[in-house]
Amino acid sequence: MPTLFGTPVRRREDARLIRGEGLYTDDVRLPDMVYAAFVRSTHPSARIRVDASAARALPGVLAVFTADDVAGRVGDVPTAWLVPDSGLRTPPRPVLARDVVRYVGEPIAMVVARTRALAADAASAVNVAYEPLPHVTDARAALAPGAPQVHAGVPGNVLFTWHAGDREATDRAFAEAEVEVSLSIRNQRLVPAAMEPRTAVAAPTPEGGLTLWTTSQNPHIARFVLSGMLSLSEQRLRVVAPDVGGGFGSKIPVYPDEAMVAHAARVLGVPVKWTETRSEAFVATIHGRDQVQDVAMCGRRDGTITGIRVRATANMGAYLSLAAPGVPTILFGLIVPGAYRIGAVDVEVVGVATHTTPTDAYRGAGRPEATFLVERLVDTFARRIGMDAAEVRRRNFVPASAFPYATPTGLVYDSGDYAAAMDRALEAVGYEAMRRRQEDLRREGRYLGIGLSTYVEVCGLGPSKVAGAVGFQGGLWESATVRVHPSGKVAVIIGASPHGQGEETTFAQIVADALGAPFEDVEVVHGDTAATPMGWGTYGSRTTPVGGGAVSLAARRVADKARRLAAHLLEAAEEDVVVTDGRYHVAGAPARSLSFADVALQAHLAWRLPDGMEPGLEASAFYDPENFVFPFGCHACVVEVDRNTGEVRILRYVAVDDCGRIINPMIVDGQVHGGVAQGLGQALWEGAVYDESGQLVTASFLDYALPRARLMPHIETLHTETPSPHNPLGVKGVGETGTIAATPAVVNAVVDALAPLGVEHVDMPMTPERLWRILSRAQGRAPEEVRA
Amino acid sequence: MQYRVLMRVNGRPVERETEPRTLLVHLLRDELGLTGTHVGCDTSQCGACTVLMDGRAVKSCTVLAVQADGHEIVTVEGLADSVDAALRYGGLHPLQEAFARAHGLQCGFCTPGVLMAGADLLSRNPDPSEADVREALEGNLCRCTGYENIVAAVRLAAELLRERQQAGAGRPAAHAAGGGD
Repeated sequence: MPTLFGTPVRRREDARLIRGEGLYTDDVRLPDMVYAAFVRSTHPSARIRVDASAARALPGVLAVFTADDVAGRVGDVPTAWLVPDSGLRTPPRPVLARDVVRYVGEPIAMVVARTRALAADAASAVNVAYEPLPHVTDARAALAPGAPQVHAGVPGNVLFTWHAGDREATDRAFAEAEVEVSLSIRNQRLVPAAMEPRTAVAAPTPEGGLTLWTTSQNPHIARFVLSGMLSLSEQRLRVVAPDVGGGFGSKIPVYPDEAMVAHAARVLGVPVKWTETRSEAFVATIHGRDQVQDVAMCGRRDGTITGIRVRATANMGAYLSLAAPGVPTILFGLIVPGAYRIGAVDVEVVGVATHTTPTDAYRGAGRPEATFLVERLVDTFARRIGMDAAEVRRRNFVPASAFPYATPTGLVYDSGDYAAAMDRALEAVGYEAMRRRQEDLRREGRYLGIGLSTYVEVCGLGPSKVAGAVGFQGGLWESATVRVHPSGKVAVIIGASPHGQGEETTFAQIVADALGAPFEDVEVVHGDTAATPMGWGTYGSRTTPVGGGAVSLAARRVADKARRLAAHLLEAAEEDVVVTDGRYHVAGAPARSLSFADVALQAHLAWRLPDGMEPGLEASAFYDPENFVFPFGCHACVVEVDRNTGEVRILRYVAVDDCGRIINPMIVDGQVHGGVAQGLGQALWEGAVYDESGQLVTASFLDYALPRARLMPHIETLHTETPSPHNPLGVKGVGETGTIAATPAVVNAVVDALAPLGVEHVDMPMTPERLWRILSRAQGRAPEEVRA
Repeated sequence: MQYRVLMRVNGRPVERETEPRTLLVHLLRDELGLTGTHVGCDTSQCGACTVLMDGRAVKSCTVLAVQADGHEIVTVEGLADSVDAALRYGGLHPLQEAFARAHGLQCGFCTPGVLMAGADLLSRNPDPSEADVREALEGNLCRCTGYENIVAAVRLAAELLRERQQAGAGRPAAHAAGGGD
């Protein structure tokens, strides 16, 4: 049977998006709509007094909301990942700052006016008197005795202390080891920077209800959380995530802003729109990463790695955002062993409150921070024992015969062949020849470097019982309804909410295959809580493995019923009926056949159903995976560092990713490209920087260096395909692999390039200036000298 | 204070009273309902708002509506119609066709701006190299694609356009042909 699975079908999404006919939240325009603007703190830490009288008196201003106006009406913004056994403290986060502000960008008041311009004018007329208090933006500094305290209820600024692995066994491994290497790593703070800023439009509906269009990766979670914050019955709150212009984690959380827009619409009785400006987004939308780590690895001179120890400090910002506590703990610590059979693992993470924008899940979310440290350590270990970095990896990989493989941190890797992926990358990049070229260039005083990164990712977040065990305040299953209309057209209605990942296409491929229905007749519906069944959303590379699992199960149920009905209509035994080119017929007798549309019509007419069959053709499925899925791969990067300018030129970038079975290779490669770009961005250019006064100085695209077309290298994508044994489709996730793998690949390449200078580690981002300073020092020129 | 502006947008005359501080992008989106042009930043860095003004790519967040008075504007909604019907692929501008074929977009938010910047490039350079494309898209940020398929799509569009032109199908319509200096 011809199948769409595995083919590069053109994306269903594109028809509207390339014509400018998408509907993003800011495109929603309603009669009588008014506009909101926020007054945000300009101080990192201060006592405040708010006087809104001048703003309220301005023409065109409908309302100004301050903390006093919402007290008792809009609940605090909750934290929803309550990581157990960590001493977690969740300081209250009011929607509008009350008495004190704790980061630059914290909302203090909201103005609603007739036009966007009037709202902006009125926001600047709100008088906030600041009495500055001491502040601290660096996590280690926040742990020092006498540091400014961010919350009265969080002594020492310690929000949690979390541990994984076996400390005693690891201490023993280190004590018995022949070799020990260590690194101090700063995994810098990043800005997710989805191209569409956050936006919300709230409109009152009859009987006190509300419709909220919002830029969300998970409208059902948004509804669940907001109905609680607003004390509004869930069935009266409809949340719509229309076309969403990228998220990368930043549109998972519920923020104060959307709750306030919803509240204002209820109070004022008219539709209210708020569109974040980019300048706002830099301080008001979550940041990612921001860990400092002291890490060590031990082993034997024969290349065997026996232990790994991690002491990490995670900067959580001023409040614990929705999923934040789970990011530097569960999503980070459990995957620290990476692709290697390491017997002893000891991870400790301290989550720290600071006077900065809250951090939360950003593409990869914890797993990049883990992969970075282990891949840097493996390279450092290899160099210390004088063994090739690829060889050390090979000697320590979890072997293909060992799956399912239980890690010392409690995960069970489902399937893999790590050596095969690395071999593929080494071959593609011409590893041996490249090493010889490196030798030649070194003799000419040029710095060529080759970096590898062999990663394993835990994703496809589920199962729900694990979610519960690790404190996630929700389920992690997904749902789908496959509804066949009388004409044979099909709606696939899903609880997840893709926003660029292409599931309108890939899910249609799955269903068309299952039903023998034409691809054009299958439409995927998502993003509207009034139209879709409950689902937990699109993040953690889970939509295809978990959402796709639900789609696949529902489609099979519909297909089974269609086949039963077709057999009845053809007066044949069910097991004799096959589907060829979209027609149901008895095997070997294609002359008498029914199209899928024929069967659909008969199911709805219900004139000739077999005994006991219900009319209609529709099925729903709720799929709760039995385990996570574990994509893996190897990225290889070849760079040359310019000895005079410190600029890194990427000569080759080869990505070998194994995300299980591939539904649409074109879309999978696109995910890898984008992921790699964000990983490269962290390695080379991006970094959020607070200055001594607590201001974010990288608060625009002028100052925060997002990858641009001219900076990006060509990315070569290759795949191995090791199906997940427990997933109904055999698929794993691919949304985050590139981001996880790319950062260490590039840094390993640069450190490898500079090895002749004795360089053992380079902090990120590896800007030309940073590398130029390292080169200058190593080449015996004082930076001052060179500058002159 | 209101000013009267008169311009052609996607081939149609438009007359509006507007405040002097109104940006072209807001006129397009809020007054004309042309919401295909997006706003991704407030510092003229992201290029999501790129439109053609007299055939040249401009960031419509950096042009006041009054500055567009007397000019010819093309937005993504008018891109296909800006070329001769014989050059289109299923009603699409070759750039649009190429972006769909080559998977040049994911979330789609930056796409309209990228398409317009691409249209400007192709009007000046019918056969751009990879480096030419990367250079021409200097003013357009994309967070989804890593630019890999965007670059491929623009070059594919050049190919599609040349194919149709060599087939003697026609020439670009006047308002997309550039040269508005």
